[in-house]
Amino acid sequence: MIPLSHYLILSATLFAIGGAGVFLRKNLITILLSVEIMLNAVNLTFVAFGRYAGNLDGQIITFFVMTVAAAEAAVGLALVIALFRHRESLNPDAFTSLKW
Amino acid sequence: MLALIPLFPFLGFVVNATLGRRLPKSVSGGLASLAMIASFVVSVMSVWQLAAMAPDMRAIDQSLYTWIASGDLSVSLGFRLDPLSAVMILVVTGIGSLIHIYSTAYMHDEVDSEFARYFSYLNLFAAFMLVLVLGSNVPVLFVGWEGVGLCSYLLIGFWFKKKSANDAGKKAFVVNRIGDYAFILGMLALFAKFGTLDFQAIASAVARMPVEAGFGVLSITTLLLFIGATGKSAQIPLFTWLPDAMEGPTPVSALIHAATMVTAGVYMIGRNAMLFSHAPATMLIVAIIGTITALMAGTIGLVQNDIKRVLAYSTVSQLGYMFLAMGMGAFGAGIFHLYTHAFFKALLFLGSGAVIHALHGEQDIRNMGGLRKYLPITYWTFVIGAVAIAGVPPLAGFFSKDEILFETYAAGHWILWIIGVLTALLTATYMFRLVFLTFHGERHHGHASETSHQPAPADLHRPAPADSHRHDASSHLHDAPPAMAIALIVLAIGSVAAGWIGIPHTIGGGNRLHAWLEPSFEARLGSRVVPETPAPEAGGPAFSEVQGAFAGRRPESDETALERTLMLVSTVIAVLGIGVAWQIWIKRRDIADAFARRFQPLYMLLLHKYYVDEIYDAVIVQPIRVASQEGLWRGFDVKVIDGAVNGAGAIVDASATLLRRLQTGSVRTYAGSLFLGVVMILGYYLWR
Repeated sequence: MIPLSHYLILSATLFAIGGAGVFLRKNLITILLSVEIMLNAVNLTFVAFGRYAGNLDGQIITFFVMTVAAAEAAVGLALVIALFRHRESLNPDAFTSLKW
Repeated sequence: MLALIPLFPFLGFVVNATLGRRLPKSVSGGLASLAMIASFVVSVMSVWQLAAMAPDMRAIDQSLYTWIASGDLSVSLGFRLDPLSAVMILVVTGIGSLIHIYSTAYMHDEVDSEFARYFSYLNLFAAFMLVLVLGSNVPVLFVGWEGVGLCSYLLIGFWFKKKSANDAGKKAFVVNRIGDYAFILGMLALFAKFGTLDFQAIASAVARMPVEAGFGVLSITTLLLFIGATGKSAQIPLFTWLPDAMEGPTPVSALIHAATMVTAGVYMIGRNAMLFSHAPATMLIVAIIGTITALMAGTIGLVQNDIKRVLAYSTVSQLGYMFLAMGMGAFGAGIFHLYTHAFFKALLFLGSGAVIHALHGEQDIRNMGGLRKYLPITYWTFVIGAVAIAGVPPLAGFFSKDEILFETYAAGHWILWIIGVLTALLTATYMFRLVFLTFHGERHHGHASETSHQPAPADLHRPAPADSHRHDASSHLHDAPPAMAIALIVLAIGSVAAGWIGIPHTIGGGNRLHAWLEPSFEARLGSRVVPETPAPEAGGPAFSEVQGAFAGRRPESDETALERTLMLVSTVIAVLGIGVAWQIWIKRRDIADAFARRFQPLYMLLLHKYYVDEIYDAVIVQPIRVASQEGLWRGFDVKVIDGAVNGAGAIVDASATLLRRLQTGSVRTYAGSLFLGVVMILGYYLWR
């Protein structure tokens, strides 16, 4: 039986990797992927806690998170395409002018 | 019924103010005069009704509706006709009607719309004046008080295209405002002390109090009211506006600044006779101020060269007499003088108006002279007015002035009496100086005497006629047209006969006016006005005690002898004054110039009206102006107020310049601050 702390350590590690990706990478698609990693790190925590508490709440919330993540990925990718068409770049630092 | 009296002139005002510019002169002027005459008729009917009542019960009350009801304070829009206000409404509507009729001729050179504007103001004035004298409580009186002040301003500045007229109007308004401020304070003090503002209620409340020994609440209250009266009635220290008010049309000077409005202060003291007589400290101040004003204005009047200004100072001086009478507790005598003065001063002003009218706007008496044969009606009526004001028996001025002087002497204030007699001498002298310079001697054509030190007379209120026009003016000098002549003649008859209702007992008269007015100065304790007060005798002794305090009455026979002696003195003084004027300005005209040269500083002092205007300008006006300009405007307004507004803008601007650096537009910066925020909040909850 793997103890709860292992799950949490793995989850925290994944979350940190995702966070670092968001801050450090210069490609919008990579940043979106990093956000997905962070979401899944959280999902892992939910499931782990749900198993630990002996009920299904964690798993139910995970389904919701996955649904939202799918929608978010769709919208995010659409925005990325729109931005790319506009400026031929995927570097977020290229989009700082706050106006079209 | 009573409400109709002010309502008629008010309707005249409404019609002339709205439709007046489309009406021809005969309609607008006739309408205004008719409104006044209607008001006069109603007044006479009301007074008739009043006279039919028992002397102690004479009062007609009419309360239109409750105007203010707030807590303990209940003020009704109420009118009360009693013997005192009866005298006033007859004066206002009677003399007012004559002046309206006179004005239809005097103002005939104005265009239709101006003519209607003039009459609308005049009607509005009459309406407010009637509200003032009929009001049954202080706030209603105050409405009239402020209303006549407004109309005074409008009419002084009637020729508003002329700067001096505008300035004079503003001066009158501002100076009156100072007095009105004190009046409001006095009104509040009355309410704080008595809890009511009804005149009768105040009088009966005060009648139950002892006469105030020192300088207490009653003295302060009455003093505040008196300061209000000094503004309206042109007494020291607030008299300076009245001579300048002569910028207005002459009938206005006759109506407002001689016969009616300026006597409002005297009326107000008479209306609150009970209150004032319980504050001997104030009464003494009133008497002293009145006497000093009478003397000061009389001396100034002696050297002025503008015909209307001489009359203006004469008015100030006569008002001083009225206040002297009031201060002596001789309320009846004061009102008597008010009433006779209304006749002869209105007559004198209208006479001077006829002269000015005939000379096409000339007001400098040095440019007149010899008008007697061109203007006979004006001359004779003017002389009657001058004799009346000088105090020659049996004309009106004699009886009233003599009664005031007698009361003063009988009260033991012999210093005030001497000044009063001296002023009577001055009155006779300057009035006949005016008569002699204007109507006698040679006719002088438009040139100011070279010995004069006054700047050229700038008081011509009409566009100055061309010089050639003036030179041949004497050939077609025309006497007063019918409308003016009627007013002059009626007033002249009044000036002769008006005093006869107040002939004292000692020379066989009944002094009916005195007996008529008596109830107004007492608190009506038993009457229906205050039915809850059970003791009618409580008021009687208090009042006679008050009377006794002011007039140290002697035994009857002594008093008769004294009164007759004083009458003789008054008569001698009046004749002496006329004689002096005759000697100087008819026989030896060079004496006047010689005197002027001999006593150059004194002459200059009088010619410049004791430099009061200059002193006020230096002490009050200029400091206020400088403080306002440099302190309030350039200092407080520009630096503090504007600084605060601009400072608020600058702070927002500066902070925005700093804060906009946070809004970089970089997504990762936002994500970073979001992350940092979450870490900090979580950290706080975890480690607290």
